[in-house]
Amino acid sequence: MSSQSDRDAIIGAIRKNLGARGDEPGRRGRVRTRIERSPNGIIPERAGYDLAERIDQFTASLKSQGVTVEEVENLKALPGAIATILAEFNLPAQLRHGDDPLLATLDWSDTLIETQTGAAHLDDATSLSRAVTATAETGTLVLTSGTNNPSTLNFLPETHLVVLMTRDLCGSYEEAWDRIRAIYGRGNLPSTVNYVSGPSASADIEQTLVRGAHGPKRLAVFLVAEK
Amino acid sequence: MQPSSSNFKPNAAAALADSTLQRALAKARSGFQSKRARARSELPEFDALCEQAKDIKNHTLAHLDLYLEIFEQKVTESGGRVHWARTPEQARKLILGICKEAGAHTITKGKSMVAEEIALNPALEAAGFQPVETDLGEYIVQIRKEVPSHIIAPAFHLTREQVEADFRRTHLDLDKDRSLTKPEELVAEARGILRDKFVKADVGITGANFLVAETGSSVIVTNEGNADLTHLLPRVHIVLTTIEKLVPNLSDVSGILRVLARSATGQDISMYTTFMTGPRRPGDPDGPEAYHVVLLDNGRSEMLGAEFQDMLRCIRCGSCINHCPVYGAVGGHAYGWVYPGPMGAVLTPSLIGVHEAGHLPNASSFCGRCEAVCPMKIPLPKMMRHWREREFEQGESPRIQRMSIKAWSWLARRPQLYRRVMGPLIGLLGEWGKRRGNFRWLPMAGQWLKHRDLAAPAGRSFHELWQLEQNRRIREADIRR
Repeated sequence: MSSQSDRDAIIGAIRKNLGARGDEPGRRGRVRTRIERSPNGIIPERAGYDLAERIDQFTASLKSQGVTVEEVENLKALPGAIATILAEFNLPAQLRHGDDPLLATLDWSDTLIETQTGAAHLDDATSLSRAVTATAETGTLVLTSGTNNPSTLNFLPETHLVVLMTRDLCGSYEEAWDRIRAIYGRGNLPSTVNYVSGPSASADIEQTLVRGAHGPKRLAVFLVAEK
Repeated sequence: MQPSSSNFKPNAAAALADSTLQRALAKARSGFQSKRARARSELPEFDALCEQAKDIKNHTLAHLDLYLEIFEQKVTESGGRVHWARTPEQARKLILGICKEAGAHTITKGKSMVAEEIALNPALEAAGFQPVETDLGEYIVQIRKEVPSHIIAPAFHLTREQVEADFRRTHLDLDKDRSLTKPEELVAEARGILRDKFVKADVGITGANFLVAETGSSVIVTNEGNADLTHLLPRVHIVLTTIEKLVPNLSDVSGILRVLARSATGQDISMYTTFMTGPRRPGDPDGPEAYHVVLLDNGRSEMLGAEFQDMLRCIRCGSCINHCPVYGAVGGHAYGWVYPGPMGAVLTPSLIGVHEAGHLPNASSFCGRCEAVCPMKIPLPKMMRHWREREFEQGESPRIQRMSIKAWSWLARRPQLYRRVMGPLIGLLGEWGKRRGNFRWLPMAGQWLKHRDLAAPAGRSFHELWQLEQNRRIREADIRR
């Protein structure tokens, strides 16, 4: 097993070659500031200035990756919209989601959909997750692990449905991280944070892009406008 | 893997004569270049973001000791463990130890060039484990008992027909008459085979694209999602990575991500970017129960504070490889070790020694495209030149070459003598080559001139012309006076 001496040898070699001791107040101060403040760098304009611009960029980016994007007026209309998509995809009226409070309030009684909860099972055809936030600049959903939205739901089923409240849509990655920091506290993250920007794909055979490598073949995003 | 970089010349000659390889390379190479160019043109801030990315890494490297300490502390706080390895041997030992402790049998692997660097698979197999590569390209390479030929596209050197033949040869339980002519069919078959392995695996091993000190996270980027299933499904997850992958915080990683996929595959972002921070938390229904980070040095700390430090900025996008005419002609295997192309020509001698890898920095026309397309602005040609100098100093280059260069430098440092020797020679060559304007052949330079022409000298040296010009001016001044 690794010993303290290997660690000290590596850190010691780094210090020797950088000509540093490790206790210089200037170096320590610069590092502390950078960790504590994490100043933003250049934010591309495509991250968008207002909500309308962001929705356009977000939707266009996802659609360019073969993702279905549905705008839904409110949570009440969501189960119906999901039922329509499942029928369009020719999929069984079944899905699995986590304990997310928002998903728990959905009333499926007007649809034929059977729902189950928990982490993904191998034979699940469809999963439903709620993205905690998303970024417009590249059409990227941000999903966090835990009982509310187990991470295996993002990868095992062939079809992944994701709900995003429009109010949770950010422009840039940096803005999305600020939201995550507000939830988990600065310097802390859940075990897994997934950026999802399209369905699973591989171009490993003759550089030809094929969708549905190991993860979902299909990704559908429901953008819910409700405040 | 055992390096065979000292065989670059015969390897390259064999690659050029391999018609299947040439067909695969021809199909693959243009795509990457046009996709990167388009992605760059669609982001007006791209060049500024590259400058910023360079600054982020320079700052990190200058404070690497401190960021590593913070990273270790954050991993520990999140319930994970950091292990330090100075050498490949130590890294292998650490990983074998963790796998044994976990009582592992099947081990899934996400693509990791560091795992190739430490020859992990042979060590796992020798210890009785079954390592299974899950990145499609890496899986294909594994069943062929080969190594990746490209750092982001391991099966770059293969045609679809070759992959079909390999699948028919190894997937014997499947219907013999199945169709496997479309890439979709090959991908679907691999998905089925590997899904089973994902479920069986006891330990998952991935690499990391970045390590974030602020949170103690390992970041991994894929299109397939294979690294995610490798991270989420087994009981134990081991991240095998190297010390220079560190960045200070989540804003820094965001900034570099904007240039990574665009430089690599020409995508705005890869399908999946995952931030892994410690094992599953109490109450979590999925994720690994134990989480280890093995931090390998393997010569990198010695690159700090010296002429090759800039190479530690490399984010392994593969852009230099995709734009290299030498790589495009011979493919990755000719380079004889893990890292091919321009980044390999600089990095390989640092890691395995210039004695073994001295040919690589010489396998360049110095066209400069690698540096032009590097998002981290690494001066690759300059560093290849440093290696050539080092090779010369250590007496590694061929004797004839060394003696000629020595003779030349002796002469060049004696201007009087130099002019007396070179003047008549230039006159002679100028007279001889006057008619054609260039030479297709010269004594002792037959090999060099086989693929290029040498322009004939003007017949008079610069010094002579300069002297004539000076004399003319003096005369004119005299007349005016």
